[in-house]
Amino acid sequence: MSIKSANQQALGRLVEAQPVLADCLPAEQAMGLTGRTVLHAGPPLAWERACATMQAAVLCAVRYEGWAPDDAMALNLVLRGEVRLGPCHHMRAVGPMTGIITASMPVFVVENRAQGNRAHVTINEGLGKVLRFGANDESVVERLRWLAREAGPVLGAAIRASGGIDLRALMAQAVRMGDEMHQRNVAASSLLARTLMGQLTRARADTQAIARVADFIGGNDQFFLNLAMAVGKACTDPCLGIEDSTMVVAMARNGTDFGIRVAGLGDRWFTAPVEMPQGLYFPGFGAEDANPDMGDSAIVETVGLGAFAMAASPAVVRFVGVGGMQEATRATEEMAEICLGEHPHFRIPALDERGTPVGIDIRKVVETGITPLINTGIAGKTPGVGQIGAGVARAPLSCFEQALEAFGSRRQSTRGYGG
Amino acid sequence: MAGIGDLFRQEIRVINLGLEAFALTLEQLGVPVIHVAWSPPAGGDPRKAALLAALADEEEE
Repeated sequence: MSIKSANQQALGRLVEAQPVLADCLPAEQAMGLTGRTVLHAGPPLAWERACATMQAAVLCAVRYEGWAPDDAMALNLVLRGEVRLGPCHHMRAVGPMTGIITASMPVFVVENRAQGNRAHVTINEGLGKVLRFGANDESVVERLRWLAREAGPVLGAAIRASGGIDLRALMAQAVRMGDEMHQRNVAASSLLARTLMGQLTRARADTQAIARVADFIGGNDQFFLNLAMAVGKACTDPCLGIEDSTMVVAMARNGTDFGIRVAGLGDRWFTAPVEMPQGLYFPGFGAEDANPDMGDSAIVETVGLGAFAMAASPAVVRFVGVGGMQEATRATEEMAEICLGEHPHFRIPALDERGTPVGIDIRKVVETGITPLINTGIAGKTPGVGQIGAGVARAPLSCFEQALEAFGSRRQSTRGYGG
Repeated sequence: MAGIGDLFRQEIRVINLGLEAFALTLEQLGVPVIHVAWSPPAGGDPRKAALLAALADEEEE
């Protein structure tokens, strides 16, 4: 197949996916995540190369699961290899920031009804001290336990009662309402809450439990972020393995490395040291306190949202350190230069209804030197602090150069190039 | 070559390719200028440029 045809196939599969929120279940049940395994964001990561924030989150997850009573004993288990680490991406899942998933954590199940595959993600924990930003005290563990004990089962019952929620339609509407769905998820979270409201009351739970879950969703503007990520994963996974395609199907960071995967290059990661985000900091914090960029959330940019849809989201441009609407439009237009097309469903009113740029082509990145822009939260580098700001980061050019070399070598060996 | 002198006696309108500093200087002098952000493929790396050329899309018939 020509590269052009393969890319058209990959892009078509991505944008015509039909992601539906199908369930919320413990990861063990939904994903077959068993035993003492801690999944993390980004490409594969050895414990000794993990940043302090990631390490703190892993140890906290070990305590949460009850595999060790304290961090010292948790560390022993990790060092002895009795707790295994692995990327969420390898288990049909994604996770924001540290991206931690363990067996008992409830995960949303997003089903791509066009291709029949599923993707998974944890419930967003809310703001403040949370595991995804490396916070690790008892309040973090207690919230995780409440999510598993009460929120997960209530949400699962409500979602099942709904028969599945069409997330593509919901997200298309949210883009029109000003979400870019990485830093801003107010509209999408509200639309989801509206959709779930009736089903929550029909769920088999007591009214106080429903009220707690409803308050939790209502109090978190970023509640939908995790679902947008799972949608990204559900839309891109079926593109992996389209042999002649140069389209990027995953971008992810683990706080140490940035990694990409390409449709035509299978499961292989192409990695480079992750960059520092540039942005705005909460009072009392600055760039010197920041952890290098982390999280699987760059999957939303991979499917044409986040920084790629910056022009759709005037409310977020200052928050992520972009000057104003003109600069936001320029960001979206710049990303269009490295993409294969425009999203037929995610349309930007301010750009005359043009679709968001989607389908990053490694050839275009290397040719132009324009690297994907990513909206991101900024975690503190000191364990336990949590989020300290938000901004933008660039994907390292080296990942795309390595992937292009690998693609060229493979294609030359199989067919002597040819477009 | 006779025409080059005439060029500077008429209104100058410029399309600038590549280095933006030239366009900015002309703008400061009040010269109408359109800047085209262009750079050599792959930052001018000939090996990568050759690889990109080998992997380029073929024109559809």
